[in-house]
Amino acid sequence: MKARSPRLKVKSLRFGVVLLMFLGIAFGLAVFFGSERLSFLELTDAQAVILFDIRLPRVLLGACVGASLAVAGAGLQSLLRNPLAEPYLLGVSNGAALGTMLAFVFFAQIEFARPVFAVLGAGLATIAVYQMARSRTGMNVERLVLSGVIVTTFLSSLIVLLTSLLDAAKLRSFTFWLLGDLSQATKSGFYLTFVCVILGTILLSSQARALNLMMIGERDAFDFGVEVGKVRLIVFATASALVGISVAASGSVGYVGLIVPHLIRLTVGSDNRLVIPFSAMAGAIFVVLADTVARVAIAPRELPVGAITALIGAPMFIYLLRKN
Amino acid sequence: MLKVQDISITYEAQTVVRDVSLALERSKIIALLGANGAGKTSLLKSLNGSLPVSKGSILLNEKPLNEYSRREIAQKIAVIAQETETKFPVSVLEFVLAGRFSHGTAFGWETGKDLQIARECLEMCDLENYDARQMNRLSGGERQRVVLARALATQAQILLLDEPTNNLDLAHQAMMIRLIGERCKSCHSSAVIITHDLNLASEFADEVILLKDGKIHAKGEAEKVLTEENIKDVFNVDVLLDENPLSKKRRVTAIY
Repeated sequence: MKARSPRLKVKSLRFGVVLLMFLGIAFGLAVFFGSERLSFLELTDAQAVILFDIRLPRVLLGACVGASLAVAGAGLQSLLRNPLAEPYLLGVSNGAALGTMLAFVFFAQIEFARPVFAVLGAGLATIAVYQMARSRTGMNVERLVLSGVIVTTFLSSLIVLLTSLLDAAKLRSFTFWLLGDLSQATKSGFYLTFVCVILGTILLSSQARALNLMMIGERDAFDFGVEVGKVRLIVFATASALVGISVAASGSVGYVGLIVPHLIRLTVGSDNRLVIPFSAMAGAIFVVLADTVARVAIAPRELPVGAITALIGAPMFIYLLRKN
Repeated sequence: MLKVQDISITYEAQTVVRDVSLALERSKIIALLGANGAGKTSLLKSLNGSLPVSKGSILLNEKPLNEYSRREIAQKIAVIAQETETKFPVSVLEFVLAGRFSHGTAFGWETGKDLQIARECLEMCDLENYDARQMNRLSGGERQRVVLARALATQAQILLLDEPTNNLDLAHQAMMIRLIGERCKSCHSSAVIITHDLNLASEFADEVILLKDGKIHAKGEAEKVLTEENIKDVFNVDVLLDENPLSKKRRVTAIY
């Protein structure tokens, strides 16, 4: 964390404005580029349908998903005192994916069953990883990453078992969705993720200073007035909800929670009061741009957005692991 | 201010503190002495509720400790723990500002007043211009002074200190003891200090408590507690007792 000075405050504010501008530019690019290029000035009726019913919900959902995952990552990293903690790598996304699939297979008619099961799945996976990573001597990086691997592979095998129950046509769309796919975006999906990401970011930001103290040490934080158990519960629950809702809407878009908070910390330091809200904005930018690439790269066909984010994220993970 | 009645602490099926009572009054300093493993640190940790007691009660301003929120306790009781975790890169100023957490507002932006208090405390601890230094790059002694500055920044009325003079050179040992003493006099604060330095206890403590195997072996003024017999019982060491020519307080010298 850097020392706070008026200059830093101005700098942070300026950084926030820059992020907002970038978000605007990303939106512009994402809306007008695609397999059907749209003009700024005039739209045919068919193009209007593409813009308002297909592309705009997709771009907006992408922004919400990116913000959710980045904020969840930033929160988990501070809580676990580990820059490698990431929803996708810890198996939280897979928990949510399994929940979504269960809802899809067994409660296909009920629309809200999917996000509910996804959130439950994410929560259970979070608890499992946390319990496995904890030891008498505390929690180290290797133990946490290993626990994440175990939970991820276990849940993956369950997902594979479930997919064998599906017919061939559904299977393809599912495989796509598992890798992170925004093409199924709907307006109702967007509204739900939007409300959740706003509430989640506010809730985690309200715990930001407590998280700063917990990054120094949980014992210390307790002595200086932090309700450690309560903060842990809030962060775990909020992160699980954010991941669950976004996975239900768009599958497992990996590595967003790793890349984005890391870049933000490099820029503004590790004060969570800045890292959490800025991660939300930068996460939105990142996924919107990645999805634009996914749509345009091999147009008219599409790539899953999760493949793009993983291409950038995996090398970064190796870099961070070596630095640790 | 702090009243401890008949507490026992059981930790992993082992009773480490047994039937201890003490009363900490305003402007008073209590020194906790005892051999390694006598239960000093456990007792100190229980005083701010970070280690639960299995029996007995702790009253803070006549109200049971467990009826306060963590924030309220942190406003009234500050801690200097034996080991401070500083693995994460954090600046000195940020670290000291953690002492202001319990006075914070929602969303936790510190005020100008918080900053001013933090800077004053750094100055008191001989740490001007350390604001932006990283905690994990400081020497043991410098870090210990930052930890003191953080405790002072809480403006708590009660200080709990676990071997606060560890790692400090002679000049800074004196500075720390002077600062704690001044705080107790001018702000009517009080302190419980764990130390292995019997002479320090004799010079500065209003009351000395000798712990042995989790129980109070002797308690009272230094003159009465620090006797050859008691010290032999607790530390199994023969000592020479005389008087410090300056302060006229009891002086203890171990015979090797």
